[in-house]
Amino acid sequence: MSGAASEEPSGSGRRRAFWLSGRGLVSSIPYLWLLLFFLLPFAIVLKISLAEPIIAQPPFTPLFGPDGSLQATIDNFLFLLEDSLYIVAYLNSLKIAGISTLLCLLIGYPMAYGIARSPRAIRNILLLLVILPFWTSFLLRVYAWMGILRNNGLINNLLMWLGVIDQPIQMMNSDFAIYIGITYSYLPFMILPLYAALERLSPDLVEAAEDLGCRPWKAFLTITLPLSVPGIIAGSLLVFIPAVGEFVIPSLLGGPDSLMIGRVLWDEFFGNRDWPVASAVAIALLLVLVIPIMLFQRMNLRREGA
Amino acid sequence: MTKWRKPDEVPFLRLEGVVKRFGDFAAVDGVSLDIYRKELFCLLGGSGCGKTTLLRMLAGFEQPTAGRIYLDGADITEAPPYERPINMMFQSYALFPHMSVESNVAFGLKQDGVARVEIRRRVAEALELVQLGPLAKRRPHQLSGGQRQRVALARCLVKRPKLLLLDEPLAALDKKLREHTQFELMNIQEEVGITFIVVTHDQEEAMSLSTRIAVMDRGQIAQVGTPTEIYEYPKSRFTANFIGSINFFDGKVARSEEGELTVTVPDLGRDLHVRSTRQLAIGSDVSVAVRPEKIVISRDPLDLPNSVRGKVRDLGYLGSVSVYRVELENGALIKVSAANTRHSAEREVDWDDEVYLGWRATSAVVLTE
Repeated sequence: MSGAASEEPSGSGRRRAFWLSGRGLVSSIPYLWLLLFFLLPFAIVLKISLAEPIIAQPPFTPLFGPDGSLQATIDNFLFLLEDSLYIVAYLNSLKIAGISTLLCLLIGYPMAYGIARSPRAIRNILLLLVILPFWTSFLLRVYAWMGILRNNGLINNLLMWLGVIDQPIQMMNSDFAIYIGITYSYLPFMILPLYAALERLSPDLVEAAEDLGCRPWKAFLTITLPLSVPGIIAGSLLVFIPAVGEFVIPSLLGGPDSLMIGRVLWDEFFGNRDWPVASAVAIALLLVLVIPIMLFQRMNLRREGA
Repeated sequence: MTKWRKPDEVPFLRLEGVVKRFGDFAAVDGVSLDIYRKELFCLLGGSGCGKTTLLRMLAGFEQPTAGRIYLDGADITEAPPYERPINMMFQSYALFPHMSVESNVAFGLKQDGVARVEIRRRVAEALELVQLGPLAKRRPHQLSGGQRQRVALARCLVKRPKLLLLDEPLAALDKKLREHTQFELMNIQEEVGITFIVVTHDQEEAMSLSTRIAVMDRGQIAQVGTPTEIYEYPKSRFTANFIGSINFFDGKVARSEEGELTVTVPDLGRDLHVRSTRQLAIGSDVSVAVRPEKIVISRDPLDLPNSVRGKVRDLGYLGSVSVYRVELENGALIKVSAANTRHSAEREVDWDDEVYLGWRATSAVVLTE
């Protein structure tokens, strides 16, 4: 691997030249964007999370007192640990996001595989169909699910008309409805990276496995599945991360007892007007998500280096 | 010419009228072929001639539309790839990128449920055979093209198949390595004694590797024979043209006596003499075919049964040989190649020289197709 490393530009001189070149300028735009619209707001939220709530405009104490002294406190974070409500909400969010991710994977993998193995001519049409739902508003689609899952909605009416049931099944306002909503909404984010990974996989490899004595199912398990792991990870992260913080779907489809962290956050901000605790909830959520990902990345790098 | 085969030997692999259609298109169109034990058999042809489809049917990746395939007496036409005692080396090598060299080679044995100790021993043996022992722990992406090719070969050989299929085994290697690997492949084949079927588009590769060659054209077999047979006695203009280069003179049979044909070539304004045992009717249309290296080129008149005059239009110096394109009086261009036995400074024949071309009656063949 030392050969590859020596070819890379080394020294700060070359690095400076890169940032000043046309290519460097173009690639610096997204960095600037992230700096302005992610890192800066994050710093503000972090600052608020260290303040104390007061009844004023804005509703929290400034970071520096009138005498210039630093007034920061981690009370808000300690408060999250004290009240079991927050921990339960975090765990519930992780559970719902985890199960939804698994459902997306189970549904998305066969779809992505099918698309990747379909004739080249219709592959793009199939991909277009996957992202077609994005052409209507996300909110509208969630409302449509309300129409389908309601007690006098599409499914219950159909089953009652067929005589399968005589009492409507309670599907709305439950975890079940949340799973349906999240799985439905985030499925394309699972399919696209999986498709990219599977499409790159040469069919020769599976044939070689079969030639060497694998039955098709075994060839899938030993060749296709391990080689699509990068796609599985990318898709799972793309579904899991936004699903943990999901607010709209649990609010519209979930019941009063399906407490997710997005809802808690909203309540703290707009119900209690406790900005510092709400900010602490947000920061904690970020840590809960980022730390495992970073650990995973480091593990991956170490494995590849070995 | 068939020293390697006993006259009464039973074919090891037998194809009977094998056809493969994709929609209206017949990729393989009625191929019947007998291949014997320990042969190194080449399927040779241009792209789209059906050679790869034929190989894929032998491996079990495609099902023939019609016809049967027998291996060692058993009908394997419908057997899935994982049940055939046949292994294939892919043109892309198809090494598993997420496994080490060792695991790649062990893969097939694991599928067969071979004991772990036995696997370790046979993998080591196979890697030894292709001289890759020290690289056992590497991943495929850390290997050179030639090393990858050897891993692919070891992965197949370790299973001790009855038949090994090789799809363009040398195509991905550079020229120097290709020559070296070619001999290595032949040595390994001799050492392990497995029947090889090689698909290639490279006629030189086919000539130097194989015991026998099947030349394919548009899904059919144009000719089967040893390299010498195919080269010296092509049956059709297609085979003659595909293997090496050749000059054709179209004419009619004027006389046929004592194994020698006299062919009148109107374009040339003279008769050509060809030794041939074929019985052809007087007046039938034939082509006389002569290989460039069988023609003698000289500035002085030649005392040979076939002799024509022309002017050197082109001269290609290739080091060991020179290739001449000589324009005859009727305007036809004839290819001649001659070994450069002298230093180029004392070259005898040069551009625009008036020359004589001549060849023996035994140096040409008569083609009717």
